Amino acid sequence: MDWIQIGIVAAKIGFAVAFVMSIVPILIWGERKWSAYIQDRPGPNRAQIAGIRAGGLVHVLTDVVKLFMKEDVQPTAAMKAYWWVAPLIPMIVGLMTFTVVPWSSDFAIPAHSFGDWPAADLTIPMQVARINAGMLFILAFSSLSVYGIMLAGWGSNNKFSMLGGLRASAQMISYELAMGLSVVVMFLVYGTVRLDEIAQQQAGSIFNWGIFAPTGFIVGLIAFLIYWTSVLAETNRLPFDLPEGEAEIVAGYHTEYSSMRFALFFMAEYAHMIVGSTLTVTLFFGSYNIPFLRPETLQANIDGVLIALGCLGIPVNLFFAWLAWKRRRRVFYLSIRPDDPRQKEPKFWVAVWTMAALASAGLAVLGISRWVGMHLLAAETAVLLLHIGMLLVKVMFFCYVFVWIRWTLPRFRYDQLMNLGWRMMVPVAIANVLLAGIWVIIRETFLA
Amino acid sequence: MTQQVPGPEMTTGQKFYVREVLQGLWITLKHTVRNVLNADENFTIIDYPDVKKVMPERYKGAHRLTTRPDGKVKCVACMMCAQICPAKCITIEAGEDPDDPVEKYPVQFQIDMLRCIYCGFCVEACPKDAIRMDTGIYEINGFTRQDLIHDKAYMKDLKAGKKPLAEDWYREHPEDAPPGYDVKAPKLREGY
Repeated sequence: MDWIQIGIVAAKIGFAVAFVMSIVPILIWGERKWSAYIQDRPGPNRAQIAGIRAGGLVHVLTDVVKLFMKEDVQPTAAMKAYWWVAPLIPMIVGLMTFTVVPWSSDFAIPAHSFGDWPAADLTIPMQVARINAGMLFILAFSSLSVYGIMLAGWGSNNKFSMLGGLRASAQMISYELAMGLSVVVMFLVYGTVRLDEIAQQQAGSIFNWGIFAPTGFIVGLIAFLIYWTSVLAETNRLPFDLPEGEAEIVAGYHTEYSSMRFALFFMAEYAHMIVGSTLTVTLFFGSYNIPFLRPETLQANIDGVLIALGCLGIPVNLFFAWLAWKRRRRVFYLSIRPDDPRQKEPKFWVAVWTMAALASAGLAVLGISRWVGMHLLAAETAVLLLHIGMLLVKVMFFCYVFVWIRWTLPRFRYDQLMNLGWRMMVPVAIANVLLAGIWVIIRETFLA
Repeated sequence: MTQQVPGPEMTTGQKFYVREVLQGLWITLKHTVRNVLNADENFTIIDYPDVKKVMPERYKGAHRLTTRPDGKVKCVACMMCAQICPAKCITIEAGEDPDDPVEKYPVQFQIDMLRCIYCGFCVEACPKDAIRMDTGIYEINGFTRQDLIHDKAYMKDLKAGKKPLAEDWYREHPEDAPPGYDVKAPKLREGY
């Protein structure tokens, strides 16, 4: 393994970490802002930088400052080793599971593209580790995150933490079963446990997506619903956030944690949301694939796609500019002093969105001029970026669904949680596996 | 085991929660879309320190002393309000007005807003309509107890938006400040 390959792997690791860690603050913002819009409130709107409040995004920065400055309280009775190691586990596990997720089709570099390098045709898999265990690796690792919560609950030496940890372990182990069984359906349908192969098989028509279990229809839908419910329970999000249960057990397993240790738990929750969404997308919603565009088709018609994307971007960005322009008439702007720095905010956002519209126009022009075709590897790079963008869009949609569900549904009672898990989801999941098996046999025998 | 409280029995369809969950999500989605498109028209709250609520006409806010056409307060220091005040928060020092041989006038008229219970009895008791609570001011705050003693000069024709908080007024007009008020003390809060 030469240095270039080590560099490539390092870059991929960096990208995977950056992908997760840069969505986390956006989700923390989203949790506040999206929930506010669900509840008819304006949401966070006080923190500002030179009058630009960015819809509350600045609050995330102030959060970081706050968490770093806070005192890190260590309970004297806590079991030091457990207590110290517990916050690290969920975060590490969240990032580890992302390593086998593909985020684009293979990036091919023809031989001698850059002088002598590469000596032979080089294919870079767009995934940190292409291991044949694939999804099994993820199942193995994601079940480790319960250790973080259990250790936190036990090591804090606090009854509330202990209760939270117990609830978490019972809940996560129960739902892991249903989740595993719904994933088995996907293994049966695609005949592989490797996520990159599953992603490849989902290219093209949306009927290749896992949710249509190509196309045993209802099987895929049931598998998706069970998987999604289990992911909600695995990430300890509402309506299954019994481990935290503010109303009953203070804050559950992280009661004793403060400062950055708490922040690690907090960020791990969002990292798990991102990983959960990514896996949902990878298994059920066509992974990085753009609907109806296979990677090869995309690469061949990259200029047309860029033109379409640019033309689509202009009206969308102008719509946002119009929204921003409309907001200058808000009671808020009429009430604050004329010399308040926040007065320039509507103009700023109109400028930003107009520039985005111009950038879209630029993208269209870029496609028209066939500039892409003239440069080495430019089409491949464009495909890579489009795939990552598509993955990002899908992942953000499911992250939104996480928040959306959280602010819509009330919390389950503990016995309801267990009833739903064991009496509803597990039998349905087993029946679904049988159905999927029958469907696969029919497909292999009669339709192949 | 949790104790089961008898409630409506769920049908088999409801036990899967799918339809009910989708109904809930549809409602919250409608709210979100409406709020994204229409900024704050549907919000039931206001951006408080920047936008202030206008109180209804009969809201009992901070007291004000009404004036005669010549600018003097109407109060004749009859002590009715001080008598009826259940919180004993009104302090009046009566004096002889050299220009007016008949009526007294208040040399000092102070209301301790920390003790006031906003019952409005002083307004009812006043024979001269000299004290009213129609200012609509609900932000009666300060960092020291002295800040919350409203005195005659401050309460004279007090109107929401016309005068600053008592704390700021006393710094601008040290002669009006209640006894013991330290106008040189560092300011704890920037006014907005």
